Amino acid sequence: MANFTLKLNGKPHVVDVDPNTPLLWAIRDNAGLTGTKYGCGVAQCGACTVFLDGMPVRSCTLPVSAIGSSDVTTIEGLSGKEGKAVQDAWVAHDVPQCGYCQSGQIMSAAALLQNNPTPNDRDIDLAMNGNICRCATYVRIRAAIHSAAKSLEG
Amino acid sequence: MTVHDSGLSRRTLLKAGAAFAIGVYIAPNNGPARAQAAPDPKAVNIAPNTFLVIGADDTVTVLSKHIEMGQGPFTGMATLVAEELDADWAQMRADHAPSNVVLYKNLAFGAQGTGGSTAIANSFIQMRQVGAAARQMFVAAAAAEWGVPASEITVEKGVIRHPSGKQSGFGALAAKAMAQPMPAEPKLKDPSQFKFIGKEGVVKRLDSAAKSNGAAVYTMDIHEPDMLTVLIARPPKFGATVASFDASAAKSVQGFVDAKQVPSGVAVYATGFWPARTARDLIKITWDESKAEKRGTGQLLNEFRALSRQPGRMVKQQGDVDAAIAKGGKLIEAEFVFPYLAHAPMEPINAFIHWKGDTASSHFGSQFPTPDQAIMAQILGIGVDKVALKTILAGGSFGRRAQQTSHVAAELAHVAKAFGPGRPMKLVWTREDDMRAGYYRPFGIHRMRGVVRDGRIEAWSDTIVGQSIMKGSAFEAVLMKDGLDPTAYEGSNDIPYDIANFRCDLHQVDVGVPVLWWRSVGHTHTGYAVESFIDELLAAAGKDAVEGRLEMMKDKPRHAGVLRAVAELSDWKNAKLEPGRARGVAVVESFNSFVAQVVELSMVDDGPRVHKVWCAVDCGVAVNPDIIRAQMEGGIGFGLGHILYADVPLDDGHPVPGNFDTYRSLRINEMPEVEVTVVKSSEKPTGVGEPGVPPIGPAVANAMAKLGHVRPRQLPIVGSASA
Amino acid sequence: MRLLRNAAVALAIGALTAGVLAYAGGARNAADAASDPAGAAAAATLRSATSFASVTDKNARAVALFEEAGKVIQSPRCLNCHPAGERPTQTDRMTPHQPLVVRGEGGMGAASGLVCTTCHHDANFDASGTPGNPKWSLAPVEMAWQGKSLGQICEQIKDKSRNGGRDLAALVEHMASDDLVGWAWNPGKGRTPAPGTQKEFGDLFKAWAEAGAACPKG
Repeated sequence: MANFTLKLNGKPHVVDVDPNTPLLWAIRDNAGLTGTKYGCGVAQCGACTVFLDGMPVRSCTLPVSAIGSSDVTTIEGLSGKEGKAVQDAWVAHDVPQCGYCQSGQIMSAAALLQNNPTPNDRDIDLAMNGNICRCATYVRIRAAIHSAAKSLEG
Repeated sequence: MTVHDSGLSRRTLLKAGAAFAIGVYIAPNNGPARAQAAPDPKAVNIAPNTFLVIGADDTVTVLSKHIEMGQGPFTGMATLVAEELDADWAQMRADHAPSNVVLYKNLAFGAQGTGGSTAIANSFIQMRQVGAAARQMFVAAAAAEWGVPASEITVEKGVIRHPSGKQSGFGALAAKAMAQPMPAEPKLKDPSQFKFIGKEGVVKRLDSAAKSNGAAVYTMDIHEPDMLTVLIARPPKFGATVASFDASAAKSVQGFVDAKQVPSGVAVYATGFWPARTARDLIKITWDESKAEKRGTGQLLNEFRALSRQPGRMVKQQGDVDAAIAKGGKLIEAEFVFPYLAHAPMEPINAFIHWKGDTASSHFGSQFPTPDQAIMAQILGIGVDKVALKTILAGGSFGRRAQQTSHVAAELAHVAKAFGPGRPMKLVWTREDDMRAGYYRPFGIHRMRGVVRDGRIEAWSDTIVGQSIMKGSAFEAVLMKDGLDPTAYEGSNDIPYDIANFRCDLHQVDVGVPVLWWRSVGHTHTGYAVESFIDELLAAAGKDAVEGRLEMMKDKPRHAGVLRAVAELSDWKNAKLEPGRARGVAVVESFNSFVAQVVELSMVDDGPRVHKVWCAVDCGVAVNPDIIRAQMEGGIGFGLGHILYADVPLDDGHPVPGNFDTYRSLRINEMPEVEVTVVKSSEKPTGVGEPGVPPIGPAVANAMAKLGHVRPRQLPIVGSASA
Repeated sequence: MRLLRNAAVALAIGALTAGVLAYAGGARNAADAASDPAGAAAAATLRSATSFASVTDKNARAVALFEEAGKVIQSPRCLNCHPAGERPTQTDRMTPHQPLVVRGEGGMGAASGLVCTTCHHDANFDASGTPGNPKWSLAPVEMAWQGKSLGQICEQIKDKSRNGGRDLAALVEHMASDDLVGWAWNPGKGRTPAPGTQKEFGDLFKAWAEAGAACPKG
């Protein structure tokens, strides 16, 4: 065990864990932020997506020891106009069913819009296919991303 | 009061069933997110004898007796109450009801539980009565308070008004309304007066916001002071047991607390998930495989195939199939093979318990609270009334959380008992545990034979080989008929087509692999077998897939209705397709709802690419049209992903896939466009959680046939290791 | 965290970075490799470069050396990230990478889609089964190896317009000591390593170059 100071949503959190602990579990079990979900643990489902220095990563694929002083943003700390637009669109379209994957979906969607304000369907496929939704809310995820993009046009 | 309490009179039950009370809403500790969706396990401090909690802030919280696992009962129950209460949608909230079989039983089951797409169907009248009774009590309270006749008082959008100008919200009058006598027979609205039920755009899901900002709390998210996380080292094969184990190496893991043998394996107790998982890998276990199921799916297939050549137990017959075959014509035969399927809800199986010795408090996404609560009480040796089971949001289920054996609740209690009382603990299954620990959609085959003569289908025979879901469980005595499990043949015995010579028989086979109902249950395979085969026979008879079906649907107006509706929606007759594309159709009734789908697909390198699906659904009165659409969209995606990709093969009894890399799930790039029409109906409402699933598979197969491919005889069509 | 820098470095180096590339596995469990004994069996050893000294004909020796080195080049660890199309493959069975990722600019993935570094970081992480390396990326399309014969791959490797502008000396250096090439022998839990060692592979490659760098026919 060792102490690591994680910068989570702008605030320092000291976690005392094995250095090999996936960031996901340090966020959930140690820092107590549970919006980031465990779905597979092997980078297949995307439910654990967070931002690391602004870029989306699967928090199950990184040991705590590799995080250093990077900024970690979870769904609880998602801010900025893209994040807000995506969350609003999610509610407007009633995207979630069980909802368990949606934190990860929203993080991926917000990242997509940050990089590409006018994604077409192919762009959405390429950015979002790493996020599995077992309820298959994909029709609405696509529609909500298009809506969010539109709302950002002003 | 227990489920087995014979002292309960029918009168008490009836009275209790209609009961509700209006209480003062006790605000949760951690802010407003909970009321919108996410029940805080720490704040279950509302009176249990109620469906309705009115807040001083005018919020109306409906306690849902049905678990919210995505299919929408929070919104559905609240819609029914709001309609009769004349509430404003913005003031509606929902939360899970606690476990209480008397108050919260599913009227279709007689026990508290969610399944079989029954939530709206069994609550439609009951929850409207709750709303109507509450409205009447508010009016009576206002009349008394203001000294005016009740008949002059109106309620609209949550405001109680008198023409004199007096008005009030629900909150201010809640205590006085609660003191009013409860109406015996509250008057329900005529459907023409509905403002919410069946209306477009007025009702939004109550749980969308909390599920879009990380606030929604699932079992996986429960953290209590001093809580342990428990993982179980499970046997590599079904039926194997622990012979001995050595946990000494696990002691090097900081956070590891203990390891104990439990019936399902070795329970590993630690301070968090990662220490538990790390420690679990270090425990050396010798398994006793003497009673384990060691057959692989290859061997099972050979055995099932041999059986299918013999007649099984007759489920239904009319006319004389053998004579009709002997008479000649074109004999068409097909064997359909269906794999084991995992439910793989996004939130793996888990459950929380705090056993304090005399009492226990448990929270998890329980789909069958009544038996779950009973089995925990039995294992812990305390009364059922001492086990407070609170259902909380579940990250999907697809049938997985409704166990005929309550095995998760039982495991939870065993885990608590083995450790001893006092410490809260959360049992967690990893994705691999979830994928490899069984409770699959049963493996099985259908051997179909049909005769087409003179452009007519003269004979139909369907021999099914499969495993029973209910055998050996408490459901066997109640729901199995003559030793046969109807979930093995439902949909095959009662096809909507009029065929003079018909036979459906079943070989019910015992296999040591636990199986379970999986979204749409028997219809997952019977729908595919029947709708692929009828299409094949119709094609052989030279008939159009839609017209040919309609011609054979005698006295099946609702099947015909959705079929016509989907044909119209998709412009089946006249649509001009791009080269390389084709369409297929299928119609399946399940859980008293009727769904027809048309798919348009093309074939790419490794299989079908479905571009669009048109869907028509008749589920009686449509309570929440947008949730119905969402369930059709989701059901189509769920069904499509599995018929294309999913399979749990067993290698010498060991389940091969462990995670989504080897159990492939549909992704957004594989999701077709979906267009849904909800057929207008005044029939009583029926469910939509499952019925969207069955038609998609055969519709795909039937479209593939139009492109010259054989309708796939073995699922999945593509498999996991492809793209 | 070096994530951003990695991306920038990889983009800047571009084609130059990608020599022999690595397995693009998202995440596989041990069972995958175990259930693929054919792949595991092929992955055992390499003959040493010196053992080819007895082949007196220089061209024949070069061809034999390249064929031996080809056991590495055509191992799934290398081929997976030298796809012919846009999408890498994964596992010993070389199935299409799940999720769907594409080469994108600099072999790092689609600009606004999934980039390699969404899942693949500086090092293998056995806890999630994700392989990693600071230079993790796809080979440029002109370096595609999948679907090609070993002779075609050999000609391509020698062709400066298709090898990132490397002369033979640079190629030898790359094969013998590049860190990402070296990943193939240290692919993480549950993955069959490339045959032999990077040193043996580098020696074979060097000997091939010294023998005149003739290519197998076809």
